[in-house]
Amino acid sequence: MAKLLEVQNLNKKYQSSQNEILALQDVNFYVNDGEFFSIIGPSGCGKSTLLSIIAGLEDKSSGEILIQGQKVNDISSKIGYMLQKDCLLEWRTILSNILFGLEIKGKINNETKSYAENLLKKYNLYEFKDKYPSELSGGMRQRVALIRTLAIKPKILLLDEAFSALDYQTRIMVTNDIYHILKEENITTIMVTHDISEAISMSDKVLVLTKRPGTVKKIHDIQFDIKDRSPINCRQNPEFTKYFDTLWRELGIDE
Amino acid sequence: MSENNISIERKQYLKKKRQKKYLILLTQIAILVCFLALWEILANFGIIDSFIMSQPSRILNTFFNLTSNDLLMHIWVTTYETIIGFLIGTLLGTLIAIILWWSDFIAKVSEPFLVVLNSLPKVALGPVIIIWVGAGTPAIIVMAIAISLIVTILENLNGFMKTDKDIIKMAKTFNASKFQILTKVVIPANLSTFINSLKVNIGLSLVGVISGEFLVSKAGLGYLIVYGGQVFKLDLVMTSVLILGIVAGLMYASVLLLEKIILHTKKFK
Ligand SMILES: Nc1ncnc2c1ncn2[C@@H]1O[C@H](COP(=O)(O)OP(=O)(O)OP(=O)(O)O)[C@@H](O)[C@H]1O
Ligand SMILES: [Mg+2]
Repeated sequence: MAKLLEVQNLNKKYQSSQNEILALQDVNFYVNDGEFFSIIGPSGCGKSTLLSIIAGLEDKSSGEILIQGQKVNDISSKIGYMLQKDCLLEWRTILSNILFGLEIKGKINNETKSYAENLLKKYNLYEFKDKYPSELSGGMRQRVALIRTLAIKPKILLLDEAFSALDYQTRIMVTNDIYHILKEENITTIMVTHDISEAISMSDKVLVLTKRPGTVKKIHDIQFDIKDRSPINCRQNPEFTKYFDTLWRELGIDE
Repeated sequence: MSENNISIERKQYLKKKRQKKYLILLTQIAILVCFLALWEILANFGIIDSFIMSQPSRILNTFFNLTSNDLLMHIWVTTYETIIGFLIGTLLGTLIAIILWWSDFIAKVSEPFLVVLNSLPKVALGPVIIIWVGAGTPAIIVMAIAISLIVTILENLNGFMKTDKDIIKMAKTFNASKFQILTKVVIPANLSTFINSLKVNIGLSLVGVISGEFLVSKAGLGYLIVYGGQVFKLDLVMTSVLILGIVAGLMYASVLLLEKIILHTKKFK
């Protein structure tokens, strides 16, 4: 498997008028093409900061981010970023919402438009295309937000606690749906979460960050002996509890 | 749901609601009628002095002799001064708010000035304005702008600043430029603030125009009121106030209509 994204010796200091905060220290890891990669760690350890730097939204203090071996410093068109809130624009229809990214990038044409519409069809949202976000349930809104991000055809998707605003039931269903969408579209994913179960059930690898300043504590390979792997059947596998215990202890020592 | 599916409870509920609405309207009309009738009768019996207090029948009389008093001309003058003041105040205010949103530096620099100007009673600037732009229509319009401008800037800027940070971040993940963030996120998200400032400004502009007309005293309803007061033509004063009320109501109604149009086109874009 080829390395798609590499983070090398990354450091991040925040400056404010009161003090200086070292948020990330010497972070090193890489993500392979097609992998589902999760990042967990105590709150305030710098997870969101790390994603924002990878996305190019936040400057780094030192270190490198490489995508397919090339240094990136800006907002890369290879990256899609999905935030915790769905951030749908209430004054636009669902169709117009999913085209928002393309519109911003000036890339609306028949081809990109039909690609986006096909995503809507594929994931059972097409009949809602002329509705407004307020008419949709939380889980549907989150899927619309995902399609908006996928419409720009990113190679890497970043998810920052993208499901934590959903209630438990919906969350299990939506993570399952989204997992399948991402595998189907063959998108490499980096997900930040607080939820150890969510990380185990979806990921190929889980990175554990220490408390602030965040450094890599350990990277775990997650492997299940299941044919049609899905987050839901992972949760029922005996291996699941083993992974859970390991990760839970590792997080617990810090807090 | 079709008509015959409605349950009896629901029917009764709707009926009660409708009855209450009519009752309120009826009471309002009754109060108005009683007030006017009482005024008329008391004046007729000489219990109140109709020379000082005027009288509904005399107001009506003046009102229907519109042409003899050049009333139409005065109404027109006040209306167009208000509309021009309103348009300039609102558009300029919104434009300045956009500039201040764009440049944090300019916003920080101008903040204390805006705060002071906002709390200053603008009518106090009247004489200065007259000296600067001359005692005429321009002075009145400047007055109307002075009253609505600062409020518009502050209201809109406040709305712009409060735009959901996460939505702006979302737009940035698509590499949106500042101009795109402005036009595709900040402005549409603040449409209701803008419409609100339209509603407030129509009233404020009218206040500006009337106080301007008080000072400049050449034409307009404000002039008529001052003039009527000076020559003790209370019928004229009362009629002017009545018309002013009607003009204000109509202007507010047209802003409501504008709101409907804006919201409508927005939905079907
Ligand atoms: N813009 C900023 N300016 C100054 N300090 C910041 C800024 N953003 C984050 N920090 C600090 O950096 C540290 C890491 O923040 P970050 O949001 O990345 O943590 P996190 O792991 O995502 O936390 P959570 O689990 O609560 O989401 C925190 O201590 C935070 O206070
Ligand atoms: Mg975070």
